[in-house]
Amino acid sequence: MIGKGILKGMVETARNLTGSFHDPDRLTTVEYPEQKIPAKENARNFPFLIYDGDDWEAGLRCVSCQICEKECPPQCIYIEKDKEKKPDFLGKMQMQPKIFDIDVSVCMGCQICVEVCPFESIRMDNDFEYAGSDRFESLLLTKDQLAKSNKYYHSIHPTEAQETDEIRVQKREDHLAKEKAKAEKLAKAKEEAATKAALSKAEKAKEE
Amino acid sequence: MSLFFTITALITMASAIAAMTLRNLVHCVLCLTVTFAGIALVFLQLGAEFIGFSQILVYIGAVSILMLFALLMTRGGTELTLKRWDPVHWITGTLIGIAGFGVMSFAIFNSSLRQSKIPEAKADSLHALGNSLLSQYVLPLEVMALLLTVALIGAALIALPEKKVFRRNASFSKNQESGNK
Amino acid sequence: MWFEELLITIKYYLVLQMPGSLQPVGSAFLSSLPIMTSFGGLFALATLLERKMLGRIQNRYGPNRVGPGGLLQPVADGIKMLTKEDIVPKNADHLIHFLAPLGLLVSAMLGLSVIPFGHRLIALDIETGILFFFAMGAASELAIFMAGWGSRNKYALLGALRAIAQMISYEIPLILSALSVLMVVGSLSLSDVAQAQSGGIHTWHIFTPWGFLGCILFLISTLAEINRSPFDIPEAESELIAGHMTEYSGFKYALFFMAEGVAMFAMCALTATLFLGGYHAPLPILSFIPGPVWLFGKLTSLVLLFIWIRGTMPRLRADQLMEFAWKFMLPMSVVNLIAAGVWVALDGGVAAWILSGLLNCVAYFGWSRILSQASRFNPRTYRYAEEAGVSK
Repeated sequence: MIGKGILKGMVETARNLTGSFHDPDRLTTVEYPEQKIPAKENARNFPFLIYDGDDWEAGLRCVSCQICEKECPPQCIYIEKDKEKKPDFLGKMQMQPKIFDIDVSVCMGCQICVEVCPFESIRMDNDFEYAGSDRFESLLLTKDQLAKSNKYYHSIHPTEAQETDEIRVQKREDHLAKEKAKAEKLAKAKEEAATKAALSKAEKAKEE
Repeated sequence: MSLFFTITALITMASAIAAMTLRNLVHCVLCLTVTFAGIALVFLQLGAEFIGFSQILVYIGAVSILMLFALLMTRGGTELTLKRWDPVHWITGTLIGIAGFGVMSFAIFNSSLRQSKIPEAKADSLHALGNSLLSQYVLPLEVMALLLTVALIGAALIALPEKKVFRRNASFSKNQESGNK
Repeated sequence: MWFEELLITIKYYLVLQMPGSLQPVGSAFLSSLPIMTSFGGLFALATLLERKMLGRIQNRYGPNRVGPGGLLQPVADGIKMLTKEDIVPKNADHLIHFLAPLGLLVSAMLGLSVIPFGHRLIALDIETGILFFFAMGAASELAIFMAGWGSRNKYALLGALRAIAQMISYEIPLILSALSVLMVVGSLSLSDVAQAQSGGIHTWHIFTPWGFLGCILFLISTLAEINRSPFDIPEAESELIAGHMTEYSGFKYALFFMAEGVAMFAMCALTATLFLGGYHAPLPILSFIPGPVWLFGKLTSLVLLFIWIRGTMPRLRADQLMEFAWKFMLPMSVVNLIAAGVWVALDGGVAAWILSGLLNCVAYFGWSRILSQASRFNPRTYRYAEEAGVSK
């Protein structure tokens, strides 16, 4: 019968039409600027720089080793080293970046910089609201815009941040253990030297 | 002769001349459409509403569209301009025009229309028209209907050979299928 | 009745204030002004309503940003359209390109002038009103051709040709199904048609066997005639960009859209007049509500039906469209015409009801059965060049 299928379809759309008024679950639309869906934990788009503590300049983890700059496929990172050094979390004196720029209009979000960073300083962000009125200036993120606290990192990617912190704790422990071992070795060597010296002294005295 | 009639007549004549002289064939047909519309307006001024609107419906809505379709289907989109200014065409066209005009004026002058005074447009002209079409002039009407039906069947016949090819191919593929089995 | 009389009195008062030589022009102006303004405004609201309703059908909100509940969206759209640059292609036929949208809008608007909006409330009360309406519809075909050809664009020309082929094919069932009403009423004047259905809901033509089938056929043909979904292949976005409107921008594009909207209203108003009792109330008690209110109510519900159909159905293929027109619509409308003839011959009554109803039912069920058996999911046959060349 011609027209039966059409009537069936029209009943279906009528059900949709009325259903969208009394059944809020049907409407999946989110009114974006007012309502926002919380980002998924694995969501990521552009990199940022982590700092520890409260002072972003003092706590910046980046030591400007420039590995990320070299590895970046679209070459969106630009780093210049500073002449002054500052101590890192282990107390060692390290370099620091004078300029650290990321051009997010070029960045493709491949996360290679995160993978190669040996200092756990660069990680992926999930902030996507980068819209600006300028194509060039507003999309070139400078060091102060990129620097975000470790707390923020914990808030956006908790699991990953936990892992990073564990790595850093491990590093510190390794470092401390190494220092200890070094100190022990040094002390041992000193002791040995002292005993050696004492022995040789005693031998000398014997000979005499 | 009222002002309105003068304007209508001028537009009709001008567009008819344009339809004969313009180079681009589509422009010619569009001008001819304006002529049809002008003729319809003349009918309306004479109080023949039905014929006037039928003129618009049939000539503007169907005949001119048919001409445009025929133009586009036969000549293609590019060659729509007349290039040659052939004196033979010019002379034969004039002769045909004069002959047509002569036949029509002869028919009009010998018809009963000329003797009787022009009747006033009746208020109920539509019913009168319908009645006379289906009683007094029923034979010419039926003959014309038959003619149009024959033309329609003829057009369908012209379009038919393609379908034969189609059927043969269908049987061809069927044979192939059975052969595969 | 009082509302119509009031409007007519106001009009005559205003006309009498004019100098004598201006009175005919002034009268025509005052008759057409309400139609042009009200349908222009209605068109703007209908675009919003359409988007809202399509959104709800697809479980979305639809536009809700501009103004309260998105009410000012048409205004924003209008400002955007009017301030856009008007681009004319370099090789286009400038005059024809310019005239096409005007011709389309004028023919659509003129169609409205023969619709009775109330008792004696009709801009152009002529004996052959419906013929005038269809003549204007035919003139719009020419405007579409002008748009397609004048643009010098393949897509535009192809869309225009498709549109005209479709409009000519569907004009036949459209006129034939309207003819059944005219046969029964015995007049071509739309005010007579409306007057014939004045007695209340039981006198409406849709509640007769021939009127019911005729109304459905008329609505389907209307959809095709105004190029609306599911018959919107002339402007199929995915195939032809925008059909004959491809090369238009800015104000002219808006004119095309407006012409389409006004044509839809005109067709809906004609359907309401022919089959749904025109400006008459469904019950005689309710006739204190003015006629235009009833007509606009019926018109709006038909527009809602069109939007509903648009939200439901996919677009037809061009060959399916033609097949449907010639194999289903045309025979059914001829049968419906015969059923109306039976009604006229028996002068209404129970016997006429049963006979014409039986005729229509048998024709519909029988013919649709035959058609669906003839084309029951046949495997598609393809023709290849090599195969066609094989001689057997």
